[in-house]
Formats: sequence, structure tokens, C-alpha cells
Amino acid sequence: MKFGIVVFPGSNCDEDAYHAAKDVIGQQAEYIWHKDTDLKGVDVVILPGGFAHGDYLRTGAMARFSPIMREVRAFADRGGPVLGICNGFQILLEAGLLPGAMLRNRGLKYRCEHVHLRIEQIDTPFTCAGRVGQVLRIPIGHGEGNYFAPPEMLERIEANRQVVLRYTSADGKLDDAANPNGSVNAIAGLCNETRNVVGMMPHPERACETLLGGTDGRVILESVMEAVNMSQERRRENAALQSAR
Amino acid sequence: MRARVFVTLKPSVFDPQGRTIADALHSLGYGAVEDVRQGKYFELDLATTEAPKARALAAEVADKLLANPVIESYRIEVD
Repeated sequence: MKFGIVVFPGSNCDEDAYHAAKDVIGQQAEYIWHKDTDLKGVDVVILPGGFAHGDYLRTGAMARFSPIMREVRAFADRGGPVLGICNGFQILLEAGLLPGAMLRNRGLKYRCEHVHLRIEQIDTPFTCAGRVGQVLRIPIGHGEGNYFAPPEMLERIEANRQVVLRYTSADGKLDDAANPNGSVNAIAGLCNETRNVVGMMPHPERACETLLGGTDGRVILESVMEAVNMSQERRRENAALQSAR
Repeated sequence: MRARVFVTLKPSVFDPQGRTIADALHSLGYGAVEDVRQGKYFELDLATTEAPKARALAAEVADKLLANPVIESYRIEVD
């Protein structure tokens, strides 16, 4: 399968994502420049971390005007899996592909450290190889990861089970001290209503090799491999059934 | 005409920068500054001479881009 990694001016985790997809889990990977208007037939789209368009105005605010975003939106509307990591998550929020907004971290500090996350939902293409309640140790690096949604929106997000990852202690317990940025309901990752678009502040692509301090991030990439392979298999079976008729 | 757009976080949204600035002012002895909200300020030069049109246009671009309606509100002045 083929990963597509969108590169905006100011992206700086694009090579990490490319390396994780290609060298660590051994899949095809391709960079897609933000001015491109073609997703080159990729099976999954990653919006990587960084400071797209210098984070002018608000984090992620300008990236939604990049030409490739029209294709990303159409891909998402067709059910294609899209993962926004860190700045990519902020872009998905500004583009309206995910609900809510980001604020400056509580405490105003740029936080760069390993955190613990609990998998809350496994019916998304980026968590389907995990277990509900599984705790992952993955690094963060951000100044604006304080997720916010107004009360009515938050209620809807929780009722729809759209919270995919929460910040917890190492043993998977909700604990305000384990929330690095003040995100409401300790939200670290979120999906859309159709569950194929996921945004997360932590960086799974930086946690794929023991040499780099841990491999807990691999489950995110392995999940989408499983999801894409399953849907391809289903398509093949359906085609076979159709032609046998 | 010129429109000035002031964007701030909604009152219901905590503003950690504003809070920190208020704390700094208190430590400078300005206890009378009860609270601070930090925001953004935009000046728009508009190709119209009619104030209602200028105001409507400024509101439209504020809604579409200058402010994020999830967390921010705005105020417009036109002259």
C-alpha cells in the first residue's frame, strides 16, 4: 500500500513520517507538494507536523487554502483514511474536517516530552490494530495543543465516541497532571463522524524504533495497513462475486 | 474606506496569555488592572465608500478567515 505525505512550506515532520512508512513498516511512500492537485493514487494521506505556512494567523489556518486540500477533502469524503499529526491535526481542525479548535497550552510552554495515551476507540483505520484501554508512550512537541470545543460540541463528540485517544497516567488513569496542555476531557486524538479522518497531537512516527526510545507509535501505522488491506480484500471479493453472478 | 477588526477569544474561553499579562501587571503594582484579554488587530483597506458595505465585507472576511468562530469573536469599526 502507498502512504501519501503532504508537504506544506514549513512542514518539518514530513521526512519522519516518510521514513516510518517506508523504512520501518516497509510500505511505499510518496511526498505530495501542497500545490499539487493530485493525490497520486495513495491509499492513506498523512498531514505531518511542523509549522505549515509559518502558522500565520492561527496554527493551520493558511494550510486549508493550499490546492492539495481540495483533493484531501474529496479523498476524505470518499471514505479514504486521513491522519493529521500535530500541526496536521491543527490543519484538519481549521479546514473543518474535524470539530473544535486549538488554544495555547495551559501554562504557555512549548511541551516536548513523552506522554502516555489511552486508546479509547478501535473502530477507526488508525487504531483498529490496538486494544481499547491500551496505553501508548509517544512523544509530543507543541505549543498549541490545548484542544477546545464548546460544551454542546463536546457533548456531541463524546456521544458519537469520536475521542480516539486521551492523555492518561502510565497505568491508563485519567489524571490532570498527565494532561500536558490542558485539553478539554484530556483529548489527545479525535476522529470525524464517519471515523476515517483522525487527528492527534502526539507523534506516532517518532515512536516506531527502539533506537528512538520506543515503538508504541507503530500500532497507528500498522492499523491503517490492516484497514487498507481489509478494504482492498473486500473490494476484490465483491468484484469476484459480481463477475461470478 | 478602512475597517478595523478586533479579534479576541470568546469570554467563555480561557485566555492564558491575557491571564499571564494581568499577573505581570499586578506584580508591577497595577492592581487596578483587573483582567486582560489578548487579541489580534487587523486594518482592512476596502474598495468602497459606503460604510454599510464596508462593514458587511469586513464581517464576511472576519467570519471566513480572520476569526475562528469556535473560539474567537470580533468587533468591527469602519471609517
